[in-house]
Amino acid sequence: MSDVIVLDRLGRTFATDPPVPALVDVGLRVGRGDYVSIVGPSGSGKSTLLNILGLLDLPDTGRYCLEGVETTELDDTARTALRGSRIGFVFQSFHLLPHRDVVDNVMLGEVYTGGDRAGRRDRAIAALDRVGMGHRHSFRPPRLSGGERQRVAIARALVGDPALLLCDEPTGNLDSTNTTAILHLFDELRAGGTTLVVITHDASVSRRASRRIGITDGRLTELAA
Amino acid sequence: MRIRLRARRTASRFDLRDLGNEALAGMGSRPARTALTILGTVLGIGTLVATLGLSATAGNQIAGRFDAVTATELTVDVRRPAGTDAPPAVRWEALDNVARLNGVTAVAGLTLVRNDKVPAVRANQLRDPTRVQNRTLPVLGATATLPAAARADVATGRFFDDGHVVRRDRVTVLGAEAARQLGVVRVDNQPAIFVDDVPFTVIGILGAVGRADQPTLAGSVFVPWTAADDTLRLGPVGTVVVTTSLGAAPLIARQAPIALNPDDPATMTVNAPPDPADLRTGVAADVNGLLLVLGVVSLVVGALGITNVTLVTVMERTAEIGLRRALGARRRHVAAQFLLESTVVGLLGGIVGASLGSITVVVISAARDWTPVLSGVLAAGAPAVGAVVGLLAGLYPAMRAARLQPVDALRGPG
Repeated sequence: MSDVIVLDRLGRTFATDPPVPALVDVGLRVGRGDYVSIVGPSGSGKSTLLNILGLLDLPDTGRYCLEGVETTELDDTARTALRGSRIGFVFQSFHLLPHRDVVDNVMLGEVYTGGDRAGRRDRAIAALDRVGMGHRHSFRPPRLSGGERQRVAIARALVGDPALLLCDEPTGNLDSTNTTAILHLFDELRAGGTTLVVITHDASVSRRASRRIGITDGRLTELAA
Repeated sequence: MRIRLRARRTASRFDLRDLGNEALAGMGSRPARTALTILGTVLGIGTLVATLGLSATAGNQIAGRFDAVTATELTVDVRRPAGTDAPPAVRWEALDNVARLNGVTAVAGLTLVRNDKVPAVRANQLRDPTRVQNRTLPVLGATATLPAAARADVATGRFFDDGHVVRRDRVTVLGAEAARQLGVVRVDNQPAIFVDDVPFTVIGILGAVGRADQPTLAGSVFVPWTAADDTLRLGPVGTVVVTTSLGAAPLIARQAPIALNPDDPATMTVNAPPDPADLRTGVAADVNGLLLVLGVVSLVVGALGITNVTLVTVMERTAEIGLRRALGARRRHVAAQFLLESTVVGLLGGIVGASLGSITVVVISAARDWTPVLSGVLAAGAPAVGAVVGLLAGLYPAMRAARLQPVDALRGPG
């Protein structure tokens, strides 16, 4: 099984005074179909790692290969294109556009990168069906519950058929019922072959993953699943 | 490498239609704010269109009131030759050259009134100490076409014709005022007047002179220029009176001196009526000045409004910008979206403003019974101006939006 993510001696230091080393000598491999959770307290470097994994930020040292492509050498345009087409983001605060209906929000997932316009709505509806939101096409996000909103956001992340689903505290704004439902959805997605990286500080969320990686002071340690 | 190439290919998928959809959806998400933003441009463009339209209308109105006839009259004054032996600047035969110009309806020549040699005119040879008998009236040699060129009626008798001119007949026609002063009221008894003691038979008396620029004709005595030259030494052409067809005056004003004397047209001064087109522009310029400034100021205020609101919108939608960047939007996609939104706001403002401005012009014209004059260029150009204003107003906010780092943007505003 080929690796989706390969991090090799990755480092990121913020140029404050004094400089803050957010990530130190990080190495990580995530294979296709893996379900990895990265767990750590706040200030441990989780967000920095997420930003680098999501190609939103660049490491200072080391290498990051996404599906065999060395991303640290790409220019901004190529990195943006790779981010748009190969990475699906799921955010804690959903980041749905409140004035657009559910299908529009999902379609946004491939506006910048995706295939032909003619099939876009069908693909969005298929993605919504996949997350169990097939009955809410014309709703606007403010009328949905938190769990439903996160499902829509996940559908938006899935619609471009990405290599990697990158989830940043996906259940941070949800109650326990909805959290359970979302985690159940992750299990289903994983069973369907999606590669999942979930960053969380919640031990109960991280326990659902097949691999658990702890992060403390910018260093990773593999934890027992 | 395969993926990298594919990534580049897919990155260009965000086309104009997607851009239009996203920009319009962005505008539609806050309709009240969009409408208020548009209002700024509406006021600016509306003021400009109404101002320009009203001044054009008013200018047209004033020009239209100008007596159409005045635009058909011109006079050429020939400078007196330097010495008495100098050849005449304009020969009498040259008048035919002017008559042949397209647009000339009548042309007549008059000799100059010479203040140093005013002839005494009297109606008879009697010496009556109780009456003033010697009148000092201008005696002018003229061509037979004078009544046509000066738009003068012949009240009594007739004007002399080319036959009189060729035969050098000593006949005369009196202006109405001159006839009154000389006491000549009828011509059927063939009265004579004496100019410097040379008798001339009166064959006609002029009535009203239609041309307002020739007020002296009523008080003048006219004789055929040939006879005038023979007996009174009145000399060459001093004044050429031209009547043109409507609208031809400016053209004839340029052509007449050359036709009269191709060698030295500079010896002549042309008195032409003001060109109606110039007049209209002049009036428009007068009316415009202040209102135009007002319109431009409104437009600038409108543009600042667009900038301000777009800037606020960018700040408000920071999270959305971050999301779009995460979804693969390039900086230029983000910039283009906000730029298009502000441009469309400007365009809509321009369309509404141009419409309201045009309606204003029509309503005011209708209220005053004027003919509304609206230039098509103005009506079509105003929305474009609005769009350009919107585009310029959106430049800075769009740059701000494009410059946002996705990591920071995703954290949302504030």
